[in-house]
Amino acid sequence: MSSVIRIDQVFCKGCRLCLEVCPRGVYEAGTERNAKGYLAPAAARPEDCIGCLLCEMTCPDLAITVTVIKKEKKRCAAS
Amino acid sequence: MHPLAEKMLRKSALPSIYCPGCGHGTVLNAYLRAVDQLGIFDQISHVGGIGCSGWTPVFLDSDTIHALHGRALAVATGLKLANPGRKVTVFAGDGDCTAIGGNHFLHAARRNIDLCLIIMNNEIYGMTGGQAAPTTPSGARTQTSPHGNPEPTLDACKLAVCAGASYVARYTVAQPRRLTRAIKEGLVHKGLAVIEAVVQCPTQAGRYMHGTGSPVELYRIIKEKTVDLSQAAGLKPEELAGRIVTGKFHQDPSQPEYTEQVYGLMDRARGGS
Repeated sequence: MSSVIRIDQVFCKGCRLCLEVCPRGVYEAGTERNAKGYLAPAAARPEDCIGCLLCEMTCPDLAITVTVIKKEKKRCAAS
Repeated sequence: MHPLAEKMLRKSALPSIYCPGCGHGTVLNAYLRAVDQLGIFDQISHVGGIGCSGWTPVFLDSDTIHALHGRALAVATGLKLANPGRKVTVFAGDGDCTAIGGNHFLHAARRNIDLCLIIMNNEIYGMTGGQAAPTTPSGARTQTSPHGNPEPTLDACKLAVCAGASYVARYTVAQPRRLTRAIKEGLVHKGLAVIEAVVQCPTQAGRYMHGTGSPVELYRIIKEKTVDLSQAAGLKPEELAGRIVTGKFHQDPSQPEYTEQVYGLMDRARGGS
């Protein structure tokens, strides 16, 4: 499973709670400051996302939007 | 912008005034989810007091009253009695609700009026400069107790149960799903629903009480201190000292509700059945 993770640069205040709550280490601390001077994190490994939405629900500024992409189940070809 | 923010928040008030990593934002996040799942946003009026918690209704694009310090419940009681068809949610802080508005809290619980009260407990007066609140842990260092808080701590949930509130629950920001579920239950509950959300305050409680201003560290501290109600039953009182017991403490939908009682009385006084 993978997800499309969008981090709103206007809303994010760089508290890093998303780095803490993510069970799969999808996020990485940011290196570049946004317009307000905060270090917004980056979703470095969206392919590892399991879609638990803990980051989205914990974010105090509603800056994270996770869209889970479900992979289609592989089916065995009828023999 | 998050779709929920797009749908329900007042764009002119954003981004929120909360400090980076403030737990109040997580409670607002859970509240938006709960209301969105129920689909009743246009039926709710929001009342807030003074303090960081009092700002929460300001961000909601709905009918909003920003009341005096501690008087959020008093204003909400008037709103509910004047318009009983309206759902009312009250956002109050720990100091706002249990100290300055302690009287209103007690009597709202005693009357069991149909409100959803969300107490955001950060264990301190955050916005006014970090003074000790009734919920501040005993011995904690704050701006008004530099040598340690000499007072014992008040448990808002126990008080609500004793005073007669018919739905009482407590969850922390580290339990966002349970918190959302509790808010949902509180919104549909008939009677006073008290939901205490334990939140981190990096700026005041964090720096002076816990010695760290990092939201992540404070989040960990809350997580470590949390004990579920089912586990707490087997622990001694001394083992529970300083811990945060979370869960649903009380739910009794059969208790008489104040608005119904008042309108019933008015009907009887007019000579109705």
